[in-house]
Amino acid sequence: MNLNDFLGPLTLPAWIVSLPLVAAGLGVALPKIGRPAAVFTAFATSLLVVRLAGEVLRHGTIQLQVGGWPATLGIALQADGLSVVMLSMTCLIGGAVTLYAAGYFGADSAAISFWPLWLFLWAALNALFLSGDIFNLYVTLELLGLSAVSLVALSRSAEAPPAAMRYLLVSLIGSLSYLMGVALLYAAGGTLDLNALAAAGPHRPSISAAFALMAAGLVMKSALFPMHFWLPPAHANAPAPVSAALSALVVKGSFYILMRLWLTIFEPFINPATADLIGVMAAFAIVWGSIQALLAQRLKMLVAYSTVAQIGYIFLIFPLSSMPAATQTAWQGGLYFVFSHACAKAAVFLAAGNIVYSVGHDRISELNGIAQRLPVSMFAFALAGVSLIGLPPSGGFVAKWLYLNAALTTGQWWWTVLILGGGLLSTAYVFRFFSRAFSYTTETVGGRPVPWIMEWTAFVLAMCAVILGLTAPAVIKLFTAGQPF
Amino acid sequence: MTISLLYALVGVVLLGMGLYRLVIDPHLVKKILALNISGAGVFLFLVAVADRTPGFEPDPVPHAMVLTGIVVAVSATAVALGLVGRIREIKGTAEFSENEPE
Amino acid sequence: MFFDDWLPLMILLTSLLPGIVIFVLPEDRIRLRTGLNMGGATLKLVLIGVMLWGVRHGHVYETRLSILPNMDLILNADAMSAMMTALSGILWFLTTLYAIAYLETSPQSRSRFFGFFSLCVSSTIGIALAGNLITFLMFYEMLTLTTYPLVVHRGTPDSMRAGRIYIAYTIGGGAAFLVAVAWLKALVGSVAFTEGGMLAPFVDTYATQLRFIFMLMIAGLGVKAALVPLHGWLPNAMVAPAPVSALLHAVAVVKAGAFGIVRVVYDVFGIEFSAELGLLQPLAVVAAFTIVYGSVRALFQDELKKRLAFSTVSQVSYIVLGASILGPVATIGGIVHLVHQGLMKITLFFCAGNFAETLGVHHVSQMNGVGRRMPWSMAAFTLGALGMIGVPPLAGFISKWYLATGGLAAGQPWVIVILVASSLLNAAYFLPVIYRGWFQDAAESWPDKPAAGMPETHWMLLIPPLITALLALLAGVLADAPFSPLEWARLIAAREYQP
Repeated sequence: MNLNDFLGPLTLPAWIVSLPLVAAGLGVALPKIGRPAAVFTAFATSLLVVRLAGEVLRHGTIQLQVGGWPATLGIALQADGLSVVMLSMTCLIGGAVTLYAAGYFGADSAAISFWPLWLFLWAALNALFLSGDIFNLYVTLELLGLSAVSLVALSRSAEAPPAAMRYLLVSLIGSLSYLMGVALLYAAGGTLDLNALAAAGPHRPSISAAFALMAAGLVMKSALFPMHFWLPPAHANAPAPVSAALSALVVKGSFYILMRLWLTIFEPFINPATADLIGVMAAFAIVWGSIQALLAQRLKMLVAYSTVAQIGYIFLIFPLSSMPAATQTAWQGGLYFVFSHACAKAAVFLAAGNIVYSVGHDRISELNGIAQRLPVSMFAFALAGVSLIGLPPSGGFVAKWLYLNAALTTGQWWWTVLILGGGLLSTAYVFRFFSRAFSYTTETVGGRPVPWIMEWTAFVLAMCAVILGLTAPAVIKLFTAGQPF
Repeated sequence: MTISLLYALVGVVLLGMGLYRLVIDPHLVKKILALNISGAGVFLFLVAVADRTPGFEPDPVPHAMVLTGIVVAVSATAVALGLVGRIREIKGTAEFSENEPE
Repeated sequence: MFFDDWLPLMILLTSLLPGIVIFVLPEDRIRLRTGLNMGGATLKLVLIGVMLWGVRHGHVYETRLSILPNMDLILNADAMSAMMTALSGILWFLTTLYAIAYLETSPQSRSRFFGFFSLCVSSTIGIALAGNLITFLMFYEMLTLTTYPLVVHRGTPDSMRAGRIYIAYTIGGGAAFLVAVAWLKALVGSVAFTEGGMLAPFVDTYATQLRFIFMLMIAGLGVKAALVPLHGWLPNAMVAPAPVSALLHAVAVVKAGAFGIVRVVYDVFGIEFSAELGLLQPLAVVAAFTIVYGSVRALFQDELKKRLAFSTVSQVSYIVLGASILGPVATIGGIVHLVHQGLMKITLFFCAGNFAETLGVHHVSQMNGVGRRMPWSMAAFTLGALGMIGVPPLAGFISKWYLATGGLAAGQPWVIVILVASSLLNAAYFLPVIYRGWFQDAAESWPDKPAAGMPETHWMLLIPPLITALLALLAGVLADAPFSPLEWARLIAAREYQP
């Protein structure tokens, strides 16, 4: 057995999943080691993911049966272009959040619990994106939910525990619904493997029921209107790095699963009406989320409602891709939204976290002139805002452009109106905060200085959102490696 | 009606009952209990699925799923109860309605 | 060839890179900041000169970057881009000089100002050099983003309000333009600028849709070009510091809108095809209305900058009017006015800024006797104003002459009526200002005159308007010389019509 067997391309997925898990375990056993373990894991995992991306680009989809156990009994890991992009996104945001949290948490007790929980969350995400069977997805979903809830509860604010509780209850109902769907699928298909189920036989009523259950559960966990009510309190009251991770990554996990199921198992059974129903819910999400963001009193609440709206955009992937002429473009656009939104939203939450760290509150009406005190964070906010609105040169613009193309080439002009209207609404709520932040004031209010790492991680993430706008062809080439669509 | 079909139906009924209570009842501990009952319903359904070839041995895979599910349910319940304790400390009560304003 | 492929991008980078560096400079590194600013501006002018020479001699400069699947970012130098880029480069150089002196005493961050200033010019150059609609769109939106911080620079409640109005208008316009470009791409695929237009083959299949697309594009571009009723943001934006008003009104924003309309009419649809679709007549009506409306509103403004703002609303529509009349002569008139109006208007704004900075004069009613105190600025102002009115041999006269004769040639004699009315109105709101400045005695006491031999105000505030006034004069007097704006306009117009 040589090094190549151990660390070769085929075992990369296993390493990517187990590294954060091991680090998390170490963090529980030896609390002092938590922070350095996390930073090391961030770097190491990123390197592994880059290597995996290279392999997938060269050889197409990579599959690994963990421990050599065959399908059904064993756990199948699978990496195609889509997984690799999601993994890269996780590493990028995860790395930034790790560095930010290193500066954010002082020596208080929350820090001891944060690192292992955060590493569990990261492990869950990695496993989720690499899973090749539906039950493994359930396990990762649960791990993801539990770590996320616990991270929310770390906040010292009084609103956090009820918000975490609500999040937990919704998360558990969602998982239960999903598990029921798994049971039905297994009963119908005799296997848990995604690819095997996709190749399975004729349509049966239980498959539609399974789809309904799983979709309902995943929609709840992804906070699509009207199942979004749990998200704003949870994301707004969590500690800053947690909010960033939640909005950027955790909600995308359940969305990813829905996407996979849609593309593989349920593909022959999808009714255009279902896609349109999702579209209607997405439309409400965009409008409602934006309006609530306009009315929010606190900055983090504004940002959380913005997530609700942007999730609507992401779910537009389903109705837009339902017509064959636009399928590829729609999927590319949706994924670009996922990636850009992750970078931009994380940057915004980190910047908002800097504000709270500095002045102790985030009430928008009292934040006049904050740009003078925190220029780097505000610049990050500005760049990220550009991506959220969908203006060039940003990833958000590329995503919007792809969506518009998909809508217009198939004559679905109503989605065009929605997409543009949503852009105008986002402009309104972004500039609502902006104009206050950049107004000139001579009053110098006291405030804690913010560690440079916290400001600069926010800025780097915001720059990533912009850079995504300039490197579209390369990123899209990565998405489509292994032909997930 | 075969045993497994009965199990499956009971499982679905339990799932429904639990969900109903979860939504209606404002007391948190009751919500957690209701969730556990729903979970038990799903597990029962899975046990029923294991009887895929009647007369022969049951399929072990759903059993493995149930075991995993139970472990998950226990951990989730633990987290939930911990949260309830914290909420009780802060708010003095363990009740809230589903649509509490922020 | 390397140079041919990258020259357009290099021209863009000469303001983009210094801008990024300036952002991180500490506030007190004045010399370094000035050096970066002026160095970038000078280098840009040099490269533009090279480009002009090359285009004249048939070189093709094009930068292509793959930015979206199926869509390239194209920066190329055809005759129209060359003209617009040259205008932007020269005026940026002068405005930078002016702004450095103007903002010396400003309490807000100058690094931030000049950072965004440089980004703004980069966006303008990008618009000028854009070789297809998607590139144009991207830089057009970036222009909105980079000018907003300049408008709200002072951070006062008035500035913020003006900024909000500005954003509301420009983002709305941008959305309309975006959907039009996406729609066009969905219909016909690639949307590169082609002399003479490229949409004529689609007249049978898509005529109605193309009409809608045209209207959406004009609406989106018309916001920045201040076509009535989309002009509301412009007078409000006058709260910005004078260099910003100068830049916005002469070089960047309004020109971008007008330039875009010219591009759409000539290089996307094609002038003859536009006429065939019946799109030119409504456009001409809107332009004519804007010309008259702007002039009438200007009459009633006492605040000098607001009067100049409405004058801009009116004058930029000359360009749109030129674009909406079929025939090479009118085309020449419209295109050359891009340059002429830029030169004259920036002179006026520079001078208005000087009056405000040095004497505290913001209103026309305070202008009595300014000419005694600040003769050079007043002289430049007078030249600019006379040019606006259309007095020969200044540049403004040339534009109006071509527009008038073009209108006649196209069988639209009403254009002459509009032009005459507008010139009369221009006289009505400019001549009183000039009269007050030279021939009336000062009512209040000015700050002390500087010692004899010293210039009336800082030399960096004085030289730019004098240069632009001189250029406006030369553009008129030497209109027939090679390399004059008129010559370029003739060159461009010749290529837009089928032989």
